[in-house]
Amino acid sequence: MTAPATVALTVNDRPYEKQVDPRTTLADFLRQHLGLTGTHVGCEHGACGACTVLLDGQSVRACLMFAVQASGHAVTTVEGLANPDGSLSPLQSAFREHHGLQCGFCTPGMLMTLAELLRDNPAATEAEVRDTLSGNLCRCTGYAGIVAAALDVLARLAPEAKDR
Amino acid sequence: MKPAPFAYHAPSSLAAAVDLLAQNENAKILAGGQSLVPMMNFRLAMPDHLIDLNPVTELDRLTVRTDSIEIGAMTRQRRMEFSNELRQACPIIGEALQHVGHRQTRNRGTIGGSLAHADPSAELPTVVLALDGVIEIRGPRGTRSMPMAEFALGFMTTALEPDEIMSAVTLPRWQGPHGYAFVEFARRLGDFAVAAAAVMMALDAKGTVTRVAVALAGVGPVQSRLTAVEEALRGHRIEPALIDSAAALAAEGDANEDIHASADYRRHLAQVLTARGLATAARRAQTQMKAPA
Repeated sequence: MTAPATVALTVNDRPYEKQVDPRTTLADFLRQHLGLTGTHVGCEHGACGACTVLLDGQSVRACLMFAVQASGHAVTTVEGLANPDGSLSPLQSAFREHHGLQCGFCTPGMLMTLAELLRDNPAATEAEVRDTLSGNLCRCTGYAGIVAAALDVLARLAPEAKDR
Repeated sequence: MKPAPFAYHAPSSLAAAVDLLAQNENAKILAGGQSLVPMMNFRLAMPDHLIDLNPVTELDRLTVRTDSIEIGAMTRQRRMEFSNELRQACPIIGEALQHVGHRQTRNRGTIGGSLAHADPSAELPTVVLALDGVIEIRGPRGTRSMPMAEFALGFMTTALEPDEIMSAVTLPRWQGPHGYAFVEFARRLGDFAVAAAAVMMALDAKGTVTRVAVALAGVGPVQSRLTAVEEALRGHRIEPALIDSAAALAAEGDANEDIHASADYRRHLAQVLTARGLATAARRAQTQMKAPA
């Protein structure tokens, strides 16, 4: 056991401060120390993307960084996506409408990856959506519904961008 | 918790990081962590000390000059991918980055981490080799620099001494009209390259190759410059038959064999990707020459 390190950060706009073993990954920290089990842990070596969260607004693999490295930063998890009143965000609703949920295991990572893409590139094409999703594995082979959900939200976000 | 226990250090300067590396046995430098942390999670790497360069802001810099580009070791791949200035100055880097992992890993991954990790299939070392990049290294004995061709020694092995840290890379810029191409074969976008080729090419008004650089990844234990291919092209008029005969030379030599591809298949890919890269670079060079200055 090495000396504990302090992690002081905000998760979904709420501040937390905890003492952790430095080897605690951000994914384990979110789940085990903060009880935010929406972030899923899959392969734990950066291949599957299930643990994707936003760090200062950018998608990252929570299994490939240590909690202590997130100190001083802002993390957004899937728990932070819904509207303040608890209703689903447009992206989450679209996943439900287009049968993009499948077994649900990869869903949080898919949502966080797409949340970043939709924010940064509201004119994204289907090819860009598919390229971006290549970093998230769905073992139900359910990409069709997930892509449809993303395209649906994109169409509503920027109808003028689609008419180019 | 998958990694073995370690003591965590977060120095705020490069000098402090060099001191920490000198003072601690079995220490590892943590850059973006997109290769090291998987190795730690598999316990293939079990450092007693982890020295995190992420707080060292002096290493996060991207300077585009008329004759060269200087990139600090901790500059994230994301910053390189989305820099308009870099895209205009050296578009092959952006083309290669599209094959480097995924958006989520490029958001964390750094150029220094990729070069120091020295994976034979990695894209950034291939581009830096094709561009004759120079690596800057800091250690307790001061600063030194060396060409990329001498920096990467073999399979995941560099010329870094145990107490040294890679601090930056300088890429000389190609002047005048020229073409470029980065082509890769992988099982899915973002996977490790089975093979990849980086090509830079300049032509004169008659279509004669005046300057060319070709680097290959994924085939041997380390990225290699295809000097035989370059020699076969230099001074000759670019045309499909020349591309085919020069690219055939890429298939000569030893190749790795693993679960993804036999050595023969890798040699075949080397030839095919080199030919495609040369054709694309030649086409772009010709377009560049026609473009109004």
